[in-house]
Amino acid sequence: MSSTAPVPRPQSVDLTAACEASSVRDILQDLDRSLIGLAPVKARIRETAALLLVDRARRELGLASAPPTLHMSFTGNPGTGKTTVALRMADLLHRLGYVRKGHLVTVTRDDLVGQYIGHTAPKTKEALKKAMGGVLFIDEAYYLYRPENERDYGQEAIEILLQVMENNRDDLVVILAGYADRMDRFFASNPGFRSRIAHHIDFPDYSDAELLQIAQTMLDAQGYALDGPARAAMAEYVTARRQQPHFANARSLRNALDRARLRQASRLFEAGRGPLDAQALSTLTEPDIRASRVFRGGLDIDRPSA
Amino acid sequence: MRLRQGQFSFLPDLTDQDIHAQAQYAIDQGWAVSVEVTDDPHPRNTYWEMWGHPMFDNPDAAAVVFEVNECRKMHGGKYIRVIAFDSTPGWESIRMSFIVNRPADEPGFRLVRQEGEGRSLRYSIESYALREPEGRRYA
Repeated sequence: MSSTAPVPRPQSVDLTAACEASSVRDILQDLDRSLIGLAPVKARIRETAALLLVDRARRELGLASAPPTLHMSFTGNPGTGKTTVALRMADLLHRLGYVRKGHLVTVTRDDLVGQYIGHTAPKTKEALKKAMGGVLFIDEAYYLYRPENERDYGQEAIEILLQVMENNRDDLVVILAGYADRMDRFFASNPGFRSRIAHHIDFPDYSDAELLQIAQTMLDAQGYALDGPARAAMAEYVTARRQQPHFANARSLRNALDRARLRQASRLFEAGRGPLDAQALSTLTEPDIRASRVFRGGLDIDRPSA
Repeated sequence: MRLRQGQFSFLPDLTDQDIHAQAQYAIDQGWAVSVEVTDDPHPRNTYWEMWGHPMFDNPDAAAVVFEVNECRKMHGGKYIRVIAFDSTPGWESIRMSFIVNRPADEPGFRLVRQEGEGRSLRYSIESYALREPEGRRYA
């Protein structure tokens, strides 16, 4: 039986070629292009990609190598792109052959924790099974642990999660996400989680210039544009909005742009004379932005009473 | 006597890796994979007990292997099979079925002769395991 003769091991590997072959470079460049700011996050993703490439190369040369643990935690304020990056991460891990399917399953406490005794384990296992071969993204993970209620079923979900994270390391990657301070408290009270998660990635807030650029990208994607004065108004809007409560970075901007589109539509409708060209239909003007309550000091209920 | 039912039953026992590969094929075809268990190996015993729900929306077969191993923990001494159900119109039936776990000792079947009218004989088979009540077979 000569068909079982071992394939000779290569003496050297070409990391650049491996990188090209797995199209990792494309995805990293795409990440650079399409995500604005987030320099530390991108650096960490590049490091992770390098680690996985080197790991694969080591395996090809027959060097001992236990597959690295890739469970992660993403911390950062609302709207800093945690979910978006998780999606890219799933794609990246798939192309590097670390996970077999590369799909992202997003869950929150409701999807994992049951409502009566014996309900939690099947629910958590169902979610884990769905995520196998891909990435399980647990949004606002700190809600799993409710210290004020000692009979809370969240603890049971946490135990199952930890067990599967340990035993089925090859089958799925778990990413926990949430706001930084609450995640710190969550990890402090669940040391098992902290030690099983090797990668803690912190998402910084965007600067005003970055937010403006993000607004531009969002509008481009929707086929809208800002005219000159509107752009200036938008810059002022970003600065003003940051000072007000419930600021959620890019998400606040997306909402603001949605409302601006609403105002533009009603402005066109009110004016409603004569035919409109494509230019008019896709330009947001200064009044559309200026009408926002942000310029008047925010929502009435949030404004400090005089 | 080794039970020969379903696919691969003349092959050595499937490893977890084999189960993964076969289940992944079924999932890639769009079939719903599920795990079933029984302690009555009669060939006409079509409906085995379900272990959990059929897995309609798991894209990866690791979930199937996971469930098989969970089932082995509880029903390690019984027959466990993996089946794949094809729901497309016209089929609506089982497309794959293979045994992934069997008892350590399989006593086999005995031939039962029933005398009918006018010296006629009816034949049937019965597993020796069935002499014990449910739950105590293959103990």
